Amino acid sequence: MSGFPTLLYKEVLRFWKVSFQTVAAPVLTTLLYLVVFAHALAAHVQAFPGVSYVEFLVPGLAMMAMLQNSFANSSSSLIQSKITGNIVFILLPPISAGEIFAAYLLASMVRGLAVGIGVFAATLWLIPIPVAKPLWAIAFALVGCGMLGAMGIIAGVWSEKFDQLAAFQNFLVMPLTFLAGVFYSMHTLPPFWQAVSKLNPFFYAIDGFRFGFFAQSDVSPWASLGVASAAFGALSWVTLHLLRRGYKLRH
Amino acid sequence: MTAPIAVEVRGVHKRFGAVRALAGVSLEVRAGEFFGLLGPNGAGKTTLISALGGLARPDAGTLAVLGHDVARDFREARRALGIVPQEIVFDPFFTVRETLEIQSGYFGLRANASWIDELLERLALHTKANANMRSLSGGMKRRVMVAQALVHRPPVIVLDEPTAGVDVELRQTLWAFIRGLNAAGHTILLTTHYLEEAQQLCSRIAMMRDGRIVALDSTASLLAEFSERVLRVKLEGCELPGALAARATREPSGWWRIALADVAHLEGVLAQLRHAGATLASLEVAEPELEEVFVKIMRRDEARSSP
Repeated sequence: MSGFPTLLYKEVLRFWKVSFQTVAAPVLTTLLYLVVFAHALAAHVQAFPGVSYVEFLVPGLAMMAMLQNSFANSSSSLIQSKITGNIVFILLPPISAGEIFAAYLLASMVRGLAVGIGVFAATLWLIPIPVAKPLWAIAFALVGCGMLGAMGIIAGVWSEKFDQLAAFQNFLVMPLTFLAGVFYSMHTLPPFWQAVSKLNPFFYAIDGFRFGFFAQSDVSPWASLGVASAAFGALSWVTLHLLRRGYKLRH
Repeated sequence: MTAPIAVEVRGVHKRFGAVRALAGVSLEVRAGEFFGLLGPNGAGKTTLISALGGLARPDAGTLAVLGHDVARDFREARRALGIVPQEIVFDPFFTVRETLEIQSGYFGLRANASWIDELLERLALHTKANANMRSLSGGMKRRVMVAQALVHRPPVIVLDEPTAGVDVELRQTLWAFIRGLNAAGHTILLTTHYLEEAQQLCSRIAMMRDGRIVALDSTASLLAEFSERVLRVKLEGCELPGALAARATREPSGWWRIALADVAHLEGVLAQLRHAGATLASLEVAEPELEEVFVKIMRRDEARSSP
């Protein structure tokens, strides 16, 4: 039998044991964003016709939290294991690079999805929103969380200090998720910033996810799914390559 | 019939940047041996163990555990190997039992509770089974690490300085346990700085310095070749006779050390003392010590390698 199921179980248990911090806290943060931005901007922004700004915000904010927490899960688990040294307990058993990849990736996705479900559960009774195309929503939730879960593995493997990981998180993941059309429709931007937004793979994950609720989006959901899946595929390939080479893990 | 080769190291080189950690190491450990790997800090012992466990990748050379190449056939090699790392490390998220259950799972073992119970019992950890790893003392964490290395009942067990910073009682418990495993057929590879332990436990010893093996022989042969029995005497109110003083050294405590090539020579030395009218305050015959062997071999190698 493979060590993969146990590694996946351990990675899920790790965040679940501190779920107040890893699930409840991001749900609360998201709700605060929702309250503040909905109050401040509701009168000024009309994103999609027939959709109120508060409704528009919910899926975007939920997806942003899902992306950030998927990244946080694999990256923080790896950096902690590396710095405390207990990574040896994963490196010594007969677990392949592919199994390590799959376990960390899936655990990250579970965390991201748990946060997403938490956000919807908490907003359900305040702001009921339709789910026009549930399969699209699920597909983008999976691809988005996978993309950031893989990115988190890369960051966790690459970082040697918490400082470096924090830089990765604050200077790359935060801006890219924040500026991915969570708070506005891309069509409200000047042409230059529209073009820049289209280079951001997270934008497609959020736009496509929103399509699952309102059946409206800035770009075609097929195009979004294509771009997000390609980004997920590329990140996965890089991650697997690093793990197989033992980059910064097996010296 | 010779036992199969448990650990095979062939021509292993490893550099970390400018540091040459291993410079062509080859050795074989037979199944069932209690083998000691000794050397000063920085000799390359831990790098060699890391290479065996797949934590370090050699620049050249091969390593195998029970015939399984550690790179090509990593699953079988790692299944056959249990390593207790030198540094105390643990996962603060879990209890002792969870730690051992998870470690079992990494080896694909789902129903391992009875062996885990036995390990906990034999390593005197059963009262701490449900305690969080954080709450354990250093010695207890060390024992959990031993248990972690043994969850999959590996035929080859590697202990990298397992008794560093461990109290006497625990050290004895640990050695009794490891001796029992060796008696049951497990191959043991041990590194330690306590040469007395190595002398008592290991049947064969390799000494390393600067990434090379500088001595490799049975413990008995090393002792016979490099160490000798010493007669220690303390005299009262007189000096050592000149003939003996030439071959003796004086310890700071005032004891004289007189080398004895053979126990049979003891008679002659005592006769000389009596003849000179020396009064003995105290006397003892010291057995050969591995520490002496170690110091001599390290000095010899230092003299050889310095230009």
